[in-house]
Amino acid sequence: MPNEFFILMKPELVLTGIIFLLLFIKLGKGLKNDTLLLLIQVLLLLNFIGGFFFNKEGVLFDGMYQTSALIALQKNILSLAVYLISLLFADWFKKQEHMPEFFVLMLSAMLGMFFLISSGNLLMFFLALELATIPVAAMANFDLDKKRSSEAAMKMILSSAFSSGILLFGISLVYGSTGSISFAELPGLLNGSPLQILALVFLFSAFAFKLSIVPFHLWTADVYEGSPMATTAFLSVISKGAVAFIFMATLYKVFQPMHEVWYNMVMILSIATMVIGNLFALRQQNIKRFLAFSSIAQVGFILVGLSSNSIEGTTSVVYFILIYVFSNLAAFGVAAAIASNTGKENIDDYKGLYRTNPFLSWVLALALFSLAGIPPTAGFFGKLFLLTAGASKGSFLFITIAALNMIISLYYYLRVIRAVFMDQNDEPIEKIRIEPSAKFALMICGAGIILVGLLSWIYDYIQNLV
Amino acid sequence: MMEPGLYHMLFISATLFFIGVYGFFTRRNLVTMLMSVELVLNSVNLNFIAFNKYLWYDKMDGLFFTIFVIAIAAAEAAVAIAIIINLYRSHNSIDVENAEELKY
Repeated sequence: MPNEFFILMKPELVLTGIIFLLLFIKLGKGLKNDTLLLLIQVLLLLNFIGGFFFNKEGVLFDGMYQTSALIALQKNILSLAVYLISLLFADWFKKQEHMPEFFVLMLSAMLGMFFLISSGNLLMFFLALELATIPVAAMANFDLDKKRSSEAAMKMILSSAFSSGILLFGISLVYGSTGSISFAELPGLLNGSPLQILALVFLFSAFAFKLSIVPFHLWTADVYEGSPMATTAFLSVISKGAVAFIFMATLYKVFQPMHEVWYNMVMILSIATMVIGNLFALRQQNIKRFLAFSSIAQVGFILVGLSSNSIEGTTSVVYFILIYVFSNLAAFGVAAAIASNTGKENIDDYKGLYRTNPFLSWVLALALFSLAGIPPTAGFFGKLFLLTAGASKGSFLFITIAALNMIISLYYYLRVIRAVFMDQNDEPIEKIRIEPSAKFALMICGAGIILVGLLSWIYDYIQNLV
Repeated sequence: MMEPGLYHMLFISATLFFIGVYGFFTRRNLVTMLMSVELVLNSVNLNFIAFNKYLWYDKMDGLFFTIFVIAIAAAEAAVAIAIIINLYRSHNSIDVENAEELKY
């Protein structure tokens, strides 16, 4: 029925509409950057609000595309994050000569992620994953005249091309051993034969590349440091969130018959990710690299919740990613405001920031407390639910290691907070003029960090959707 | 003379896959690294076609997948080469060893 097509594919169609609109605006080149950015922000806000209406559960194209209330919520989280990015990095966007292209690339990648979350077939999944990664490599190269930017883009495109090769090899083995690539048929056909375990390992390593789980994390820090700040924020929040959602869906639904196999894989990789992410974060001086390793460690915690293979697992992962969006975007927003005004990216330069920029300091402190998981902030509840979900499997050694890692992570998060609030500095960063839109977005992030934890109905709401 | 069977095909494609992986890790020239990735992707194509021909000839998913893989590989190579050209402009080299600003 044609009507159903429009309702079910609404998020993708709206996004495609915005992309085409931006392309046409670029052709006309009548608008100034300021007006155009405002227009884009309004469109993205409408896209986010529109995501709440007319959501229906259903399947399209013979099971290729599926959607449900939970999937609609996941898409809404990503839309919110993109809206916040368009506000937070306004300063940087206005200086760009080719700003519409950046948004076209970013929204194309978003479109890929929407299809990725909704995919019901390995072919659709692969196409969506490529649509979600290729534009990001171009976004990483957006500072065309900077050496670091092109180096970051090179590392990104090569590692993602290689990982998609591995992914495809895994898919071909799945096809060979079962004769099907549809998510609906696969669970009945998988029986845990050695060939299927090998296929699972290949698929797993491809996911690990995209999520930067430890043996495959080496590109992360370099790409994060070299790319423009808006791209880094997009990569660390939206791209990671989308891949975590589909990773969860694949493991829980498609590979359910093999859950004893993947439980061990998730556990080992989770421990490695938390430990190595934390240990490398300890010695970072550059704030972007520091946030890169902290985000690697956070993925380790997401894997703890994911290992539980239950409704609580799904709920806690979605809930944690909502919190992670607010906390990480707030941290990147503050870093971007400082970097675009003064060019300083080192943690040592942040000493004495509180005396000159109290607002930025408080937002940064809130974000880092939330990432570390300290009680009044939402990050504490997110981590609590993740660990509780993980503990339901009964492997308490695993949960103990995760809890110990939370304590290690406190050290390096508090190191930044100490530099901002307590360390003396004769030449602190001068008072920074923050863009009004960026200030507004930072306030949303700050409110989100506190409220998402305190309003308990949000967790219940997600749980009801699962 | 022996008819080539599924195992021969799988052997060739696995060999191609590992040659690609080996090339990706050992070569230092960016274009050669990209070629190695293409080898990996083509080994996947062979795999799909072999499985389709010998095991699942009534299910055409494998063939369709191959067509899409070829198209995506072309798109990926286009973006990758654009990035490599830009890297060449700023570094005057396409050797990965020379792109070393970002470390540790």
